[in-house]
Amino acid sequence: MEGDIAEMGKFIGAGLATMGLGGAGIGVGHIAGNFLAGALRNPSAAPGQMANLFVGIAFAEALGIFSFLIALLLMFAV
Amino acid sequence: MAEEGASGFQIHPMDQFIVKPLFGGDHIAWYTVTNVTLWMGIAVVAIAALLMLGTRRRAIVPSRSQSVAELLYGFIHNMVEEVTGHDGVKYFPYVMTLFLFILFSNLLGLLPMSFTTTSHVAVTVVLAMMVFLGVTILGFVKNGIGFLGMFWVTSAPLAIRPILAVIEVISYFVRPVSHSIRLAGNLMAGHAVIKVIAGFATLAVASPVVIGAVTAIYALELLVACVQAYVFTILTCVYLRDAVGGAHH
Repeated sequence: MEGDIAEMGKFIGAGLATMGLGGAGIGVGHIAGNFLAGALRNPSAAPGQMANLFVGIAFAEALGIFSFLIALLLMFAV
Repeated sequence: MAEEGASGFQIHPMDQFIVKPLFGGDHIAWYTVTNVTLWMGIAVVAIAALLMLGTRRRAIVPSRSQSVAELLYGFIHNMVEEVTGHDGVKYFPYVMTLFLFILFSNLLGLLPMSFTTTSHVAVTVVLAMMVFLGVTILGFVKNGIGFLGMFWVTSAPLAIRPILAVIEVISYFVRPVSHSIRLAGNLMAGHAVIKVIAGFATLAVASPVVIGAVTAIYALELLVACVQAYVFTILTCVYLRDAVGGAHH
């Protein structure tokens, strides 16, 4: 074992920060699931909403990516 | 980990993102030709080759390259018209350029031993800031000071409008951050995952599983490369709609 306690805190913090990506997973799954539920009820309206689906997924995912960014900053920039 | 290191069990998933000068030396100045420059150049040449060779003959019955070029053109043209409306179609060349550059950079980055230029935040921030500054300037040119009305949500009750205005301003300035980090983060994470899984192949027992897993992740990355180019472009269109359509919608 080597390194100091600040190094250890960096790794623990980076690991904790990645838990935020679970929230992005929940959000993306929620959007895609609701889209599928709506699309199965009214399949003819589904193709017109594909753009909205992707924009929604992109916005939900962006907030998860921020926590990934924090993890990267802790690992390589701090 | 330290005792296993001797047997060759070492994973360096981030080594693929190191920027290296092509012609010797370690110093990187703004004019240095690096592997980023090389792969950006290859992407530009590939796009030009596809579009110029594809549309050279302009046959009634299209050849394969002509169909690909026409499909890409029609796809993006429809998207711009659908999302930004009729007034936004004159910004189609910019959106098409962005889409093709990001798509080709993502796909070229998936070739073995290649370099993914869009996995670097430095590259995607430039693309996102161009969109952000362009949209902001265009909004003020088109709508004058009325562009600020975008932050004053008239459909909400008067009491909560100031709070909403603060939130809207913050979300407006976070746009270039999320726009760029999304692209770079997705690409970097995907490529790092491939490298980490491939690193397990040094354990001979695990290698058949690893080959299957890398193939599966690679297929997923092909999808991600196309979807992220699409998402970047459609968000550009959404932001353009704010500037072109103005605050009144």
